[in-house]
Amino acid sequence: MMLQLSGVHAHYGHIHALRGIDLSVQVGEVVTLIGANGAGKSTLLMSLFGQPRVSAGRIVFDNEDITRLPTHVIARRDISLVPEGRRIFPRMTVLENLQMGAVMADPDNLHVDLKRMYALFPILEERLEQRAGTLSGGEQQMLAIARALMARPKLLLLDEPSLGLAPLYIKKIFQTIRELNEDHGMTILLIEQNAHHALRAAHRGYVMQHGQITMTGTGRDLLASAEVRAAYLEGGHAAA
Amino acid sequence: MALALQQLINGLTLGAVYGLIAIGYTMVYGIIGMINFAHGDIYMVSAFIAVTGFTLLTAFGVTSVPFALLVVLIVAVLFTSVYGWAVERLAYRPLRGSTRLAPLISAIGMSIFLQNMVQLTQGARVKPIPPMITGGIDVLTTDGFTARLSYSQILIVLVTVALLAAFTWLITRTSFGRQQRACEQDRTMTALLGIDVDRTISLTFMLGASLAAVAGVMVTMYYGVVDFYIGFVAGIKAFTAAVLGGIGSLPGAMLGGLIIGLIEAFWSNYLSAEYKDVATFSILILVLMFRPSGLLGRPEVEKV
Repeated sequence: MMLQLSGVHAHYGHIHALRGIDLSVQVGEVVTLIGANGAGKSTLLMSLFGQPRVSAGRIVFDNEDITRLPTHVIARRDISLVPEGRRIFPRMTVLENLQMGAVMADPDNLHVDLKRMYALFPILEERLEQRAGTLSGGEQQMLAIARALMARPKLLLLDEPSLGLAPLYIKKIFQTIRELNEDHGMTILLIEQNAHHALRAAHRGYVMQHGQITMTGTGRDLLASAEVRAAYLEGGHAAA
Repeated sequence: MALALQQLINGLTLGAVYGLIAIGYTMVYGIIGMINFAHGDIYMVSAFIAVTGFTLLTAFGVTSVPFALLVVLIVAVLFTSVYGWAVERLAYRPLRGSTRLAPLISAIGMSIFLQNMVQLTQGARVKPIPPMITGGIDVLTTDGFTARLSYSQILIVLVTVALLAAFTWLITRTSFGRQQRACEQDRTMTALLGIDVDRTISLTFMLGASLAAVAGVMVTMYYGVVDFYIGFVAGIKAFTAAVLGGIGSLPGAMLGGLIIGLIEAFWSNYLSAEYKDVATFSILILVLMFRPSGLLGRPEVEKV
């Protein structure tokens, strides 16, 4: 088992954002978490790192209870996050952003890993000395993913990587997710509003509503489910 | 002509010192978005360490000035780093996540504490030391006035330039510098990459304190007198320098320091020495009114 959440509760100020979440990710899986805006998806990912700290429940990663560890200590485990809104460092160059991703990694791997990132996203190599804030949205997203991969994680967490991107970039991002999983065996937990793409890319999926998991199943089953279709697919993204 | 040149020399020397202190303000502001009001007193503590150090070394028969200076610099940097660390640990960290005003008040409390501690242990009187570096170069004589560049002024400028170069390298080229800048831009994200943000903030306070320590030692050597109140005045002037240059900007802090130093030197000479502080603080007010982002600062709103 790569990741296991049991009975996780969390609060954002006065909002009870997570209400008893049970979720697991197996080694080698792509799992997606879909749900409307404000359902608590991003909070769930951030709570894995103690931001916010969970008020009840247990989080186990790679056979270790990480529930109470400080944020930076959790981040030094083999777990990397591509956060909501990308959060690249805008006043640093592309190269510096990538180096930041590798801060805790073995320095001997730096050059090999940079090469791997250039192979994955050739545009980053062209923009190496450019300030990251000047990149387009799609390029920033690729940078955020590459930065997360520089730490050589076993589990990659992606928060809405397709949000606000042009269709061409969305295709590229999902193609990369598939590649990372199939060719490199990376375990992935993916949050998406673009339920159609996400469920097709995932082995399993969870549906989240008002801080709770309301449905779970294989990607194919959820895609076919009438409830999911009505709530998340036929509302607008179905055609994408 | 020679008189103006002399003021230029004096102003640049003074400005270098203000600049070194200003860097501490600007770095701390950059990383936690707050002014460290105890920073000027760290500089004062360093000046006292210098007086004690020089006196002790002389008492033990050390006559080599470069050796004495080096020893005192190292001791002052070590001690004040600990002070810088303690200020952050005691006045800022417990209040992180509190209102913005709370740490400001506790920092002013730290400042009062440091001043009183030094006053109690060292006495309220001005402490002198004999001049350490004498002599200089006569640069220019006109109308019976000779402009003189003293060796201690040369030393101050050289040390400042060397420190700035080392510091720029540290911030722009090293892994620590990247982590420091990352914390300035997005602390949560920096932690999500595995970096201990608290440690980076502590180190930033210590680095700022070290630079103020060097400034304190050099000023002691330059003027030959210290008292427990110098930190307050120099601190506010260096703060003005940091604001003038653009708070958060390292080159800005140095530029602001030089400008403040020059204004003070020329104002004292041509207008009135008694009112030189009025000139400095008028600049602070004018900058805050008309250009709050300073000369090299970036505006608060940034397009991302």
